Amino acid sequence: MPEELIPIYIMGKRYDVPPGLTIMKATEYAGYRLIRGAGCRGGFCGACATVYRTAGDYRLKVALACQTVAEPEMYIAQIPFFPAERPAYKLDELEPTFETLVKLYPELLRCLSCGTCTKACPQDLDVKDYMAEAMRGNIAAVADKSFDCIMCGLCAARCPAEEVQYNIAILCRRLYGKYLAPEAKHLSERVAEIKTGEFDEPMREIKSLSEEELRQRYNERDIEPA
Amino acid sequence: MSYTPEMRESIKKVEATRPARLDQPFPRLAPEEKERLLERFHPDYRAEGFRDIRVGPNKGEKAPNELVDVLEGRSHLTSDALDLTRIDYDTDVLIIGGGGAGASAALLARENGAGVILATKLRLGDANTMMAQGGIQAADKPNDSPVIHYLDIMGGGRFVNDPDLVEALVIDASLVIQWLGDLGVMFDKEPDGTMMTIHGGGTSRKRMHSARDYSGAGIMRVLRDEVRSYPEHITVLEFSSAIELLMDDKGQVAGAILQNLETGEHLVVRARCTIIATGGSGRLHYQGFATTNHYGATGDGLILGYRVGARLLHQDTMQYHPTGAAYPEQIVGQLVTAKVRGLGAQVVNAEGNQFVYHLETRDAEASAVIRECTERGEGVETPSGMLGVWLDSPMINIIHGPGTIEAKLPAMVRQFKRFDIDITKDPMLVYPTLHYQNGGLILRPDGSIPGIPNLYGAGEISGGVHGRNRLMGNSLLEITVFGRRAGRAAALRAKEVELGKLTLAHVDEWNKQLQEAGIDNPILSPILLPDYARKVR
Ligand SMILES: Cc1cc2nc3c(=O)[nH]c(=O)nc-3n(C[C@H](O)[C@H](O)[C@H](O)COP(=O)(O)OP(=O)(O)OC[C@H]3O[C@@H](n4cnc5c(N)ncnc54)[C@H](O)[C@@H]3O)c2cc1C
Ligand code: FES
Repeated sequence: MPEELIPIYIMGKRYDVPPGLTIMKATEYAGYRLIRGAGCRGGFCGACATVYRTAGDYRLKVALACQTVAEPEMYIAQIPFFPAERPAYKLDELEPTFETLVKLYPELLRCLSCGTCTKACPQDLDVKDYMAEAMRGNIAAVADKSFDCIMCGLCAARCPAEEVQYNIAILCRRLYGKYLAPEAKHLSERVAEIKTGEFDEPMREIKSLSEEELRQRYNERDIEPA
Repeated sequence: MSYTPEMRESIKKVEATRPARLDQPFPRLAPEEKERLLERFHPDYRAEGFRDIRVGPNKGEKAPNELVDVLEGRSHLTSDALDLTRIDYDTDVLIIGGGGAGASAALLARENGAGVILATKLRLGDANTMMAQGGIQAADKPNDSPVIHYLDIMGGGRFVNDPDLVEALVIDASLVIQWLGDLGVMFDKEPDGTMMTIHGGGTSRKRMHSARDYSGAGIMRVLRDEVRSYPEHITVLEFSSAIELLMDDKGQVAGAILQNLETGEHLVVRARCTIIATGGSGRLHYQGFATTNHYGATGDGLILGYRVGARLLHQDTMQYHPTGAAYPEQIVGQLVTAKVRGLGAQVVNAEGNQFVYHLETRDAEASAVIRECTERGEGVETPSGMLGVWLDSPMINIIHGPGTIEAKLPAMVRQFKRFDIDITKDPMLVYPTLHYQNGGLILRPDGSIPGIPNLYGAGEISGGVHGRNRLMGNSLLEITVFGRRAGRAAALRAKEVELGKLTLAHVDEWNKQLQEAGIDNPILSPILLPDYARKVR
């Protein structure tokens, strides 16, 4: 029934859709078959970055289309592609230092700490704060604070200093994971055992069991307490 | 959007039973009980949901109706549709699919000297891999071993798994965790470096490794960044779907036809070896279930392989995740990670009573929820008429201390907070959702597809690794283990392949078989994307 519908504007054109739909589903209700702007549909991939404005408000807002409910009088446009800089590097050849960050992303030092990125982040990350950590060369802190980044690009899209925050963040997470995180000794030991063939014989034994024997062993296996 | 007054009433009951439930462990299902539960309530046992396949290598076997529809589909092409002498890309290894399996394959193919084209439907990393939350299994603790892992997998899969594939999986597991760590994946660790590991449904040791509850994203973001580090050897083609494999006149697979999703343009890719890594098929919505899967999970690779003669295994079994969101409406079907149960949250009914142990295998857990909501009538109804049961998340902070939920489950907290639900204080309403394709193309341990020269596969596309039920955390493992194996094997094989003249004759042959089998009005497949656009007049 028409009176139950709400008006939204997709790239300036009006459509009437039922209330309560996400922006993504509202767009589909309007008749679009999405190709760009939809990936995971669950808030994990960052494909659906969207810019919008609501009636009577001059400010541009941003959101993930798959995670945000369409409101009446919303003016919506998707950012299907954002041409961000990702310099050429190979992790193997890098060192986990401030110098590495600045060499690859010299614009890092131009960050104004204005906080536009933090306001933009649909994951509610404090992007400005992790950028400040990057400027201090605290790679571990950047890695930790940017962990939940889905790389949608909205921070970079809004940044007046033209930083590519999310690419700096993935670089820091990788540097941390590879060079700074404490080593898991039990893992290296297990890898060594596997390479020397320690499990070859026990594997052969268990693979030689009949289904019935295997079933029995399964049902009787001891379970580590939770 | 927070809970309705009726739901609030039920939550009070959940809170009232919580102290007792914390103390009293609920018994696990005995093997016979579990069998009965599955037979009566698991969607795989609903005969109306299935029918016989009428053409191709698995003719006469059952599959879900929606899968049969696309398997019995007609090709988008005919053999004379394109000039195959005009080759757009010529490569050693073509990888179809840009999820975790495809990216791993690309890296190992490159490492083994191959030039690679990676073609994917959406963007690189828009994939089920990106969505995985819970974690990845590997037996790397002193009280664990690949052999114990093997036993868990065989039992979970009901002893019909391919033992050679399971062996490859468990033996490579620790190697893969180390490889991922070296690429910069940040696994959760204790300050001394020990991996933090927990149980998952059906595990007998705590071997679930995680990267908070962004485990899949943690892996996929890194693999994607690594793939982008080698532009001179790996060419990534986004929004380019494979719609048919190419053959040559010697009967070998020789690449694929891609379609640019935006312009419709067709591209001819000639490849010495081809790897199918297109993932699952949740977007076929078997039996009308909502799904956790990404937008492009339409089972395309199954069809591409099937049309050139690759056989499917266990194509009649799907995994329904016991805990899909049932409320709020906007996120129905989306995953509530199994880690919530792994951390101790129990599943309880409208009266606040527990009705199943919270760490049963997924098939049993899902069946118990369906029984609770149907036969027993103990589900909670939402305003849209959907039924669900409570997943008692606040227990986690009581068991492990305040702040645990926020620290270990940030994605879940965020997802519900967007709709004004605080899962640290209130439980979440859940119902089973279509999650995973247990079966798929038959592979060998090196990722090659038996009987089809130069064709490989890896990832959720495979059949046999998990038997009839995959355990949580073994899929992120599978995609990296077999992605790497397939990438390596394909690169080595590519060095000796001599391709003949390209042909699409098999497509005409296929369309003819459909006719002979009396299949009228077949749909065009692979379908590439589900059609959710409302049909306007
Ligand atoms: C929400 C969710 C949570 C999960 N949690 C866990 C977990 O905690 N632990 C675990 O082990 N597993 C988990 N899984 C399962 C696991 O994530 C997947 O099974 C696995 O990541 C699949 O990887 P893949 O590379 O085979 O497929 P995908 O990652 O789906 O990648 C396939 C790619 O191929 C592309 N593609 C499809 N068709 C075509 C075509 N015709 N042409 C070109 N490209 C194509 C797709 O768009 C996609 O990019 C989860 C799955 C989901 C959906
Ligand atoms: S579609 Fe992936 S975040 Fe919205």
